[in-house]
Amino acid sequence: MQLSVWTYEGPPHVGAMRVATAMEGMHYVLHAPQGDTYADLLFTMIERRGKRPPVTYTTFQARDLGKDTAQLFQDAARDALERFKPQAMMVGASCTAELIQDDPAGLAEAMRLPCPVIPLELPSYQRKENWGAAESFYQIVRKLADTAITPRGEKRALVNILGPAALGFRHRDDVIEVRKILDTLGIEVNMVAPLGASPADIARIGAADFNIVLYPEIGDEAARWLEKTFHQPAIRTVPIGVGATREFITGVAALAGVDPEPALGDSSSRMPWWSRSVDSTYLTGKRVFIFGDATHAVAAARIAQEELGFVVCGLGCYNREFARDVRAAAKKYGVEPLITDDHMEVEDAIAAASPELVLGTQMERHIAKRFGMPCAVISSPVHVQDFPARHSPQMGFEGANVIFDSWVHPLVMGLEEHLLVMFRDDFEFSDEAGPSHHAAHSPKTAAPKVEIEEPASEGELWTEEASRELKKIPFFVRGKARRNTEAFAAEQGRAEIDIATLYDAKAHYAR
Amino acid sequence: MSITQTLPANGSDCAPVLNKGVLRERGQREVFCGLTGIVWLHRKMQDAFFLVVGSRTCAHLLQSAAGVMIFAEPRFATAIIEERDLAGMADCHDELDRIVDKLLTRRPEIKTLFLVGSCPSEVIKMDLAKAAQRLGTEYAGQTRILNYSGSGIETTFTEGEDACLATLVPEMPVARPDAAQELLIVGALPDIVEDQFLRLFAELGIEPVHCLPARRACDLPSVGPNTRYLLAQPFLTETALALEDRGAQRLDALFPFGAEGTTAWLRAAADAFGVDEMHFNRVVAPGRERAKRAIAHSRERLEGKRITFLPDSQLEVPLARFLATEAGMIPVEVGTPYLHRQHTARELELLPESTRISEGQDVDKQLDRVREDKPDLTVCGLGLANPLESEGFTTKWAIELVFSPIHGFEQAGDLAELFARPLRRRDVLRV
Repeated sequence: MQLSVWTYEGPPHVGAMRVATAMEGMHYVLHAPQGDTYADLLFTMIERRGKRPPVTYTTFQARDLGKDTAQLFQDAARDALERFKPQAMMVGASCTAELIQDDPAGLAEAMRLPCPVIPLELPSYQRKENWGAAESFYQIVRKLADTAITPRGEKRALVNILGPAALGFRHRDDVIEVRKILDTLGIEVNMVAPLGASPADIARIGAADFNIVLYPEIGDEAARWLEKTFHQPAIRTVPIGVGATREFITGVAALAGVDPEPALGDSSSRMPWWSRSVDSTYLTGKRVFIFGDATHAVAAARIAQEELGFVVCGLGCYNREFARDVRAAAKKYGVEPLITDDHMEVEDAIAAASPELVLGTQMERHIAKRFGMPCAVISSPVHVQDFPARHSPQMGFEGANVIFDSWVHPLVMGLEEHLLVMFRDDFEFSDEAGPSHHAAHSPKTAAPKVEIEEPASEGELWTEEASRELKKIPFFVRGKARRNTEAFAAEQGRAEIDIATLYDAKAHYAR
Repeated sequence: MSITQTLPANGSDCAPVLNKGVLRERGQREVFCGLTGIVWLHRKMQDAFFLVVGSRTCAHLLQSAAGVMIFAEPRFATAIIEERDLAGMADCHDELDRIVDKLLTRRPEIKTLFLVGSCPSEVIKMDLAKAAQRLGTEYAGQTRILNYSGSGIETTFTEGEDACLATLVPEMPVARPDAAQELLIVGALPDIVEDQFLRLFAELGIEPVHCLPARRACDLPSVGPNTRYLLAQPFLTETALALEDRGAQRLDALFPFGAEGTTAWLRAAADAFGVDEMHFNRVVAPGRERAKRAIAHSRERLEGKRITFLPDSQLEVPLARFLATEAGMIPVEVGTPYLHRQHTARELELLPESTRISEGQDVDKQLDRVREDKPDLTVCGLGLANPLESEGFTTKWAIELVFSPIHGFEQAGDLAELFARPLRRRDVLRV
C-alpha cells in the first residue's frame, strides 16, 4: 500500500476516458461501481466541455454483486449502442470491476455487436492515467486501422498528428500552432488523433507518409505500431521552445522533402528578442526547479537554460515510463533527476534546492505558494484556470511567446514584491499608501511620517557634511546606507561618522 | 441489534401511504460515492483523520471533490492498494498497520482515526472492522480507531456521513437511566448554523443540547432512553437506527430549511420539552420574520418557475418542499437517490399533487424527461450541469447545497438566493 493525499495521475481508465472523450463517434462502456462517474466532471468542469463524456458506466451496487453484474454490463452496452449509435465502442473495467472479474472483452464479444469493439485491459493496480491513455489509443489504432491502405507517397506530404487528447494541458492550442507550421511548409494533415478523430478517420491512418508524435506519453505507443505496420516514420521532436520548434521544422521539412525556410522565418517569434532585451538581464542565472510530465519537464529545462539564461537546479517527472528522458536531461544540466509520484518528496526536493522559480504542475504551484516562491505551471495535472479561454499554446513560436510571458510574469511580480518589502519604510511604498495613481486623492497615512525618523536618528554621531552626503543617496536605499554605516562605525569603534566613514562602510559592504 | 428494534425501520419503507406513486428506477447512476462525505466531515471533526483504504481511483475522487482543500494539510488520505497487496490477505493487513503507524507517528494529535472502506476493499473482503479493532487495542488511550464504508457499491454521496455517524453511536457514553430528557441534534452542520440553533434552544429553555458529530470526535455526547433527537439532515437512516437501538427517540419534524421548515423543526423539540406556546412564539418570531423577509428578495425571481431535481444527496425532497411552499416554485420531478418514507413523510405531504417523485436513477432516461419537461431550473451534479446548460437549460449544481450553510432562519435567504442566482444570471447575460 502507498499512503497518498494527492496523486499526479488518475487511474488508467481515466486515461481511456480522455481518449474516448477526445474522439467523435466513439463510445466507452465502462464496468464500474456507482460513484466512478465522478470522473465526468473533470471533463465538464475543468475542461469546461459542453457535452457529457461519451462514457456509459454500469454503476453496479452491492446488491448486484455475485448475481447479475455481467448481465448489467451487457445491458449497459446494448443500451449505449442503441442510444448513441457509435461507430465503434471501447469496453473495459475500472479498478473494482477488475476485481470481480467479469471480463468485459469476452462479454462484449459474445454479444456480437454490430460495430467494432475495442477491448481494453488496463491493470489499475499497476498502471496509471497516461499509460491508460496510451494503451487505449494504441488498441484503437490497432483495431481500426485499415491495413489495406498504404502511405500515399504523393509529392505533397501527408501526416498524422498523434497524441492530443481530452484534458490535455494546452492540447487544443498546440494543435493549432503545429497545423500552422505544417500549412506554411505545404504539408497536408491526414488527421489529428485522438482529438477530433472518428473511428472512420482512424481507419485511414495508414495513408499518411509520416507521423508527428506531439505528446509521447499518449501517442508514442501507437506511433511505434504504425512505424512497424505502415513503415511510417515518426517525428519525436516536441516543438516546445524556440530551439525545439526550429529542430521540429527542420525535421518535418526533411521528411516531407520541402524547404524549411518559410516556417523558420516566421516573424511572430518574439521570444528571442524579448529574452535578449536588457530588461531580461536580471533573469540571468536565476535558479529554477522543474517538475511535471517528462515531456514538458525536459522541454522546459532546455528553454530555461538555453533560451532564458536560467540555471536548472532541479529536474524531475512523475511518470516513470518516460523517466529515461528526464535522467538524460538531468545529466546534461548536472542535477540529480527526481523520479517520483510522491508530492512530499517533491516538496522536500524543492525545499532543499531553494530555487528562485518553480516550474511544475498544480501541485508545485501550491508547494511554491507555501514556500513563498514564484511559480508557473508547465504540465498536467492542472486546474480549471489552465484551460483558458484565450489562445495559449506551449508549442511553436507563439507557444514560446506564451511561455516567456507566463514564466517571467511571476518573477516580475516577485521582484515587485521584494521591492515593496525592502522599501516598506518609505512612505511611497508603504502598505497603507494605496495605489500610486490614487495617492493624490486618498492618502491613507499622514505624509509627515517620513520626516520624523531621518534627522532624529542621525543625531550627534553624524558630521554635518556626512549628513548632507547621506541625503544625496536615493531615498529608497538611504535607510539601508544609514544603518550599514552606523553599524560599521560601531564595529570600528569610530566616534563620529564623516564622509570617509560613509564611503569606508560602502566599500566594506560592497560585494 | 435485536429483531424487535429493527422492525419499525423495515416498516418505515412503506409507512405513510403516498397518494401518488414513486417512480423507482435502476440504471446508470450519475452520483458520488460515500467517500465524498469525508470532504466536509473532516472539517467538522477537527481531531479526526479519515484513512480511505482503496485504489488510485478513490484518491483521485477525493482530490477532485476536495479541490483546493487538498493542499491545506488535510486530515484525510488514501492507502492505495497495489498489485502486491492483492496477492495475499495477511500482507494487506501488515501493510495497513505500517501505514497507520506512520500516520499516527506523524500526526499524534489525531484522537479518532476512521478506516474508511471503499469498493475495492469491500470486494476483496478486507476486514477493516477487524483491523480497526486490532489497531484500536494497540493505540488504546491514544487514538480511537473506527471503521465504516464509504464505498460506491454501498453508499451514495451523503450516505457516507450516515455510515460515519452510525459508527460513532455505539461509542457514545451511556446516559444515566434516571437522567433528565436531553436533546441531540444529529447531522454535521456548519459551525455557524450549529451555534444559531444552540442559541435558539437555549432561549427556548431547552437544555442541555448536544450535537452529533461533536466538533471534537472525542467529545461524544451520551445517549439513552431519555435522549430525544432531531435529524438536521434527511440522509441519516443508519444513524437513526443506531440511536434507536440505544433507546433514543426521534422527534418527527420538517427539516430546518426556510422559515416554516425551521419553525416546525424547532417546534418539534419545544413540544417534546414542554415549552410554553407563547414563549415559543416570542423566541422564534424574530428569526422567522427575518427569514421571510430574506426569502422575499428572491421570491419574485422564483415564483411560478418549474424546477427539477436530479438525485444527489437526499436533500431534494425537503428543498423542493421549501421552494414550493415558501418561494412559490413548482417542483416538476424530485429525484432522490434514496427515499426514507418515514423521515420525509411530512415533507412529502407538502409537495404539490402534480410532483413526480423518483427514487434511484437511470440517467439517460431521466435526462430525456428533463428535455421533455423543460423545467426553468434543473438541480444536478457537475457532470451534467454544463452539458445541460449547453442544451439551453438553466442549472443549479447540487453539491453546493451540501457545502454551503443553508439550514435555519438566518440562512433561509441565502438558500433561496442559491436557486435564484442562476436564473438571474440567465436573464442578465447578453452574450
